[in-house]
Amino acid sequence: MSPGRDAARLVDVHAHFLHERCGRSDWADRNAARLAAGARIGISVHIASILGSWGHTSPVYFPSPTDVTAANEAMRTLARMHPGLVRGYVTVNPNYAEHAIAEIELGLAAGMVGVKLAASRRASDALLDPIAALAAERGAPVLQHIWQHRTGEVPGQEISDALDLAALADRHRGAAFLLAHLGGGGDWAHSLRALAGVPNVFVDLSGSGVDRGMLELSLECVGPERLVWGTDLTMDTGWAKLRALETMGLTAKAMEDVRWRTAARLFRLTL
Amino acid sequence: MEDRGAALPADLVDHNALVGPYPFRRLPDPTPERLAADMSRLGIARAWVGHVPTIFYRDAAAGNDELLQALERHRARLLPVLGVNPCYPAWERQVDRARAEGCPAVRSYPSHYGAAAAGAELRELAAACAAANLALVLTVRLEDARQRHPLDVARDLIGADVRAVVRADPRLELVVANADRALIEEVHFGSTPAEAGRIRWDVAWLWGPPDDQLAALYRTVGRDRFVLGTHFPFKLPEAALTRLALAG
Repeated sequence: MSPGRDAARLVDVHAHFLHERCGRSDWADRNAARLAAGARIGISVHIASILGSWGHTSPVYFPSPTDVTAANEAMRTLARMHPGLVRGYVTVNPNYAEHAIAEIELGLAAGMVGVKLAASRRASDALLDPIAALAAERGAPVLQHIWQHRTGEVPGQEISDALDLAALADRHRGAAFLLAHLGGGGDWAHSLRALAGVPNVFVDLSGSGVDRGMLELSLECVGPERLVWGTDLTMDTGWAKLRALETMGLTAKAMEDVRWRTAARLFRLTL
Repeated sequence: MEDRGAALPADLVDHNALVGPYPFRRLPDPTPERLAADMSRLGIARAWVGHVPTIFYRDAAAGNDELLQALERHRARLLPVLGVNPCYPAWERQVDRARAEGCPAVRSYPSHYGAAAAGAELRELAAACAAANLALVLTVRLEDARQRHPLDVARDLIGADVRAVVRADPRLELVVANADRALIEEVHFGSTPAEAGRIRWDVAWLWGPPDDQLAALYRTVGRDRFVLGTHFPFKLPEAALTRLALAG
């Protein structure tokens, strides 16, 4: 492989798609917009999840088992429609423990590459242990939705922060976890300080937040080897963080790690 | 590498830049030198530049002294935008000073200055700006509400605040920074066409694809209502440019 090709690869570890059961007439347009923007930015692989019905028939962050199953099926359909370009997370609601395990077994067997935990149950809760153990056994990374520094409860979510995720990660050192959307709202510095000594938690740079200082502290606290790139709901801000990183004096190898190499290793992608 | 071929205008002007430190978190290198360097790197020709400490000083005049001194060597590209606290004595002199210095606008922060945006002080400031041919810049928020320091209790501006200010004087030109899509739509369609035509919005707090808020607002509110705003040194200036590029 040429060095130029290595530098050009880009894996989005935090993408979302919609599907026809979301109650939105523009669901296909939104999916097309993501793929078009991805092509413009140069995304090689979108690793994506669908959070149930996105609130249409059960809450976004507390999806019913029926909606979880339908969404994971839709995610697999999208991956089949775009082979190599779109890969799927199995989204689960840990409150339905047996259903969650069955969905993970089914999804991974069908080619999905990771597990998505939204905000259905606090990350430190023991109910997540069987999921984390299975993920470790199968080598599937777990993307955990995070509120950067939880200082109270919020409506519509059972939020977790980096300390909650670190507690889970400490109990499952053979599993790889991704702290979702560092730029997704809250005190990102709190998360980075909390994860400095937690080697099996990787930091996903996605989210609408583009605070100056976030990238510098990320490099200081977790280093480029534990940073992975993503977009979440705002692809413009993901692109901006990528462009800013390119000006920060990282080595070519470190930049490739953030762009795609670490994600490819964690998710066992062949690019 | 990714496509960098964003077809951006050659004469880009950043309408929402500031310099100076912030009390609630470290802003890396919030200096005119860094701002100018980032502008050169990103192809931004000029910037309207405010001063972060002036938001927090009771006496905005003292902050304006600091801003003018800081920008002294950069005036060709960095245009000072003085702060005006219309609740403080002799605030009119800061408007006069802005005009004398050739500023394109003044900034005011009603939530931080303890003023009601719909109150007499802001109305008087709006009239003074209009008379002096200076635009007035209002800032909806400085940081996302989810990350605020416990002592940062200044409330975000709401649509009613913006509507009240634009209605205060029919000659006033208003620039609103860091507004989200909902606020822009509320104010635009809650104003007469003449009022809406005197408001420009910056793009610093909008979302790009796949939601495509900016592209949608171009279609509904009008492309000519939007100006570049990076919200330097709070935000990466790259974000406003990638948003413009992806909005087409």
